[in-house]
Amino acid sequence: MKTNDVILQTVTKFTLFVIILFSIHLFFAGHYYPGGGFIGGLMTSGAIVLLLLAFDIKTVKMILPFDYIKVVAVGLLIAIGTGAGALFFNMPFLTHAYTYVYLPLLGKTSLHTAVLFDTGVFLVVIGVTMTIIQTIGESE
Amino acid sequence: MSLLHLAVLSPLLLAILIPFLHKYFKNIHTGWFLLPLPAVLFAYFLQFISTTSHGGTEMETVPWISSLGIDFTLKVDGLGLLFALLITGIGALVVLYSIYYLNPDKEKLNTFYVYLLLFMGAMLGVVLSDNLIVLYTFWELTSFSSFLLIGYWNHRERSRYGAQKSMLITVFGGLSMLGGILMLYIITGTFSISETIQMSNEVVNHPLFTATLILFLLGAFTKSAQFPFHIWLPDAMEAPTPVSAYLHSATMVKAGIYLVARMTPVFAHSDIWVWLVAGVGVITLFWGSFSAVKQTDLKAILAFSTVSQLGMIMSLLGAGAAALHYGTIKDGYYIVAVTAAVFHLINHATFKGSLFMVTGIIDHETGTRDIRKLGGLMNFMPITFTLAIIGTFSMAGIPPFNGFLSKEMFFTGMLRVAEMDIFNMDTWGILFPIIAWTASVFTFLYSMMYVFKTFTGKYQPEKLEKKPHEAPIGMLISPVILASLVIIFGIFPNVLSHNIISPAMGSILPSLLENGEGFDVHITHWHGPTAELFMTIGVITIGILLYKFMPKWTGVYRKFPERLALNRFYDRGLELMEITSRNITRSYMTGFIRTYLVYIFSFFILALASTLIFKDAFKLDFSNVAPIRFFEVVLVLIMAVSAITILFAKSRLTSIILLGAVGYTVALFFVLFRAPDLALTQLVIETVSVALFLLAFYHLPQIRRNEERIRFRATNALISIGVGAIVTMIALSAHSNKMFGSISEYYVENTYKKAGGENMVNVILVDFRGFDTMFEIAVLGIAALGIFAMIKLRLTRGRELDENK
Repeated sequence: MKTNDVILQTVTKFTLFVIILFSIHLFFAGHYYPGGGFIGGLMTSGAIVLLLLAFDIKTVKMILPFDYIKVVAVGLLIAIGTGAGALFFNMPFLTHAYTYVYLPLLGKTSLHTAVLFDTGVFLVVIGVTMTIIQTIGESE
Repeated sequence: MSLLHLAVLSPLLLAILIPFLHKYFKNIHTGWFLLPLPAVLFAYFLQFISTTSHGGTEMETVPWISSLGIDFTLKVDGLGLLFALLITGIGALVVLYSIYYLNPDKEKLNTFYVYLLLFMGAMLGVVLSDNLIVLYTFWELTSFSSFLLIGYWNHRERSRYGAQKSMLITVFGGLSMLGGILMLYIITGTFSISETIQMSNEVVNHPLFTATLILFLLGAFTKSAQFPFHIWLPDAMEAPTPVSAYLHSATMVKAGIYLVARMTPVFAHSDIWVWLVAGVGVITLFWGSFSAVKQTDLKAILAFSTVSQLGMIMSLLGAGAAALHYGTIKDGYYIVAVTAAVFHLINHATFKGSLFMVTGIIDHETGTRDIRKLGGLMNFMPITFTLAIIGTFSMAGIPPFNGFLSKEMFFTGMLRVAEMDIFNMDTWGILFPIIAWTASVFTFLYSMMYVFKTFTGKYQPEKLEKKPHEAPIGMLISPVILASLVIIFGIFPNVLSHNIISPAMGSILPSLLENGEGFDVHITHWHGPTAELFMTIGVITIGILLYKFMPKWTGVYRKFPERLALNRFYDRGLELMEITSRNITRSYMTGFIRTYLVYIFSFFILALASTLIFKDAFKLDFSNVAPIRFFEVVLVLIMAVSAITILFAKSRLTSIILLGAVGYTVALFFVLFRAPDLALTQLVIETVSVALFLLAFYHLPQIRRNEERIRFRATNALISIGVGAIVTMIALSAHSNKMFGSISEYYVENTYKKAGGENMVNVILVDFRGFDTMFEIAVLGIAALGIFAMIKLRLTRGRELDENK
């Protein structure tokens, strides 16, 4: 399937970054506003899907040379690792901790281990969606 | 995390590193990285002797799922320590031996040592955990790792067969044990072994007692290869010899013994326990030794010998448990059986370990283990011969080796059984010493066969694959150490009695001791002209006679009908199971997704509708319903129209777009009901899945309308209407039945207080219900792998077919 849709491609080049930035925002905002690892990950994969639609699989693979199955594995490891980390402090599995710190520019900021866990979710979601889409797309 | 936890988990942690060590230090045999661990652990556990020898214990807890009573509690007491020392001590020797046994160029060493470490850690966990659920987890891990080790040479069919057999049988036992554990929990309300022991009176008087006991014993008997579950052990001999030495003689198979010993204080007040454990043990003892004589493979002889010796230890534990029944020590009159059990446990590990290693050496240096081909090796391998002599003579119970001592005590124990009135039938008790004595004759016989048929007699070079010579020094170190232990324990048995045997007995029979008191164990060589001595003399005399005239009577074995053999039952059963399940599967696996959906939805309707009816759960209550707004009516209309239009869509593209429309309308509903998180998720999901559909669009066949008959479509319509109706009814009833208050209050209150967040949905996802999320993403990952495998594998298979053309 060779398409050469100039309008779609040009629009994609610009909107892609907007979508990805928005998805990162969603990811970090998750604890206080709508968002989180799941939605953030989905949004990012949505952006990549847009890229896939505008260009073809080979080009996208060149731009983002990830093995998405490994992304899933890394995500799972991060999520489980965050949970297991609590064991080292004699706490039950998956106990989270948070604290507030004052950072320059940002002011009072909260730091959560939940964000680490969410990073795992984020990566798994991207990995899973992209694995599925890529394997189905590649089988053409 | 205490040091003790670290010690138990350290093998598992090292297992993670092994592949990297193997990869980056290619020139060093991977075993060398392993060797320090069991050695250090052995030294670490040795220092607990000072605690346990005075009856003390050490207990460390890491909370795990405290609300369910499951904590990672480790406890070192006499019994646990004895096993821990065996596991690490023999483990170190086996690793050392394996370094010379396994050729780094031919074998996949990294996988081998990962499995071995997995096993070592699991075994330590079994013997040291004080929580039954934790014990069960480690218990299954030993089954699993032994499955991997038996099937290590997985290109051989026999290895795979043996691995599967051991897995099926031991996991069957493990699951029974899990049932037993849960029943015990119902009785006592605790998973802690120490607490359960203190409640043993309540356990014995509970109606579930017999069932619990039998389930526990099933676990122990399958693991320890007791009759009739012993059939897996000879097949497990397909594993590499170091594995056989470690798992199938010294450690894993003794997990069942451990379990029986550990649970003795809980169950032994009943005579069923004594009957079952002693009875099955004695039968196994006899059957194992009887079957060993007809084997021609050295390893098979040892395998059956292990079966029989495990039976012996089991029967001793059963007989010794009667001491609890009487409730007195009575000058050690009944507890001598327990002493013998513990002592023989150690002895068996030493001589059987060394014998397996000797077998490995013979196999390694001659290329065969068949005693019909071997013979006259004495001149080529003098050191190995000496080791074999020490091992087999100890096994046969000949003085001055340690096996003699435990065998004498075994006879004493069995003679005591005959005197017990607990069996109610005076005549039956006498069977125990008789069977025990007969079995000992056979034990003597196969021990002699093992050593003399291999090392003496005619040397047949033409039947051997290699020219035999003495083993390299490295391979000899471990068996030499074990054989010297055989002699040391034989001559000075009391080095063990105070520090090791007495504390272990203290854990098996705790209620017989006052606080701070210990069992007074004293093992002597000479008891005077007692019945036991004459029994030993009888064993040796009859044994020698039978050995001399072997060709004359071995025809007995051929008389045994082949079709009654237990292995035949197992194979036949497995075959039948496969055929039946294949037939069942074929009857419903048609390959059409619509058939599956019909099954799934019909079941859905049946299960839920019947629940609604029988539980009288359907209820309508519109009293607290919010008013329906204009937008909602519009959205419902849009949704209904697009859903109905899908049914009449002529092209696939139209239906995909309509499906998307339904999805987006649902997202709008979420917006209206102030659930922005859900709305966002729904929107993105819809987008991505529509894109996915479009990607796969070209591969889908054209919709053909006329292929389905009218009747078929009528059932489909009925089912879909049914599902819709049921879901609606459930939704309405769920709204109307307010049995308890909503839990949302809890989250509203605690989202900020406990998790420091403001978005309730997200906090629930990552914090309050993080476990759910973790498993959800795991499921997602598995699904992705599944799709990947399904599509990629089909592609490669197609490519192979193309190449074949």
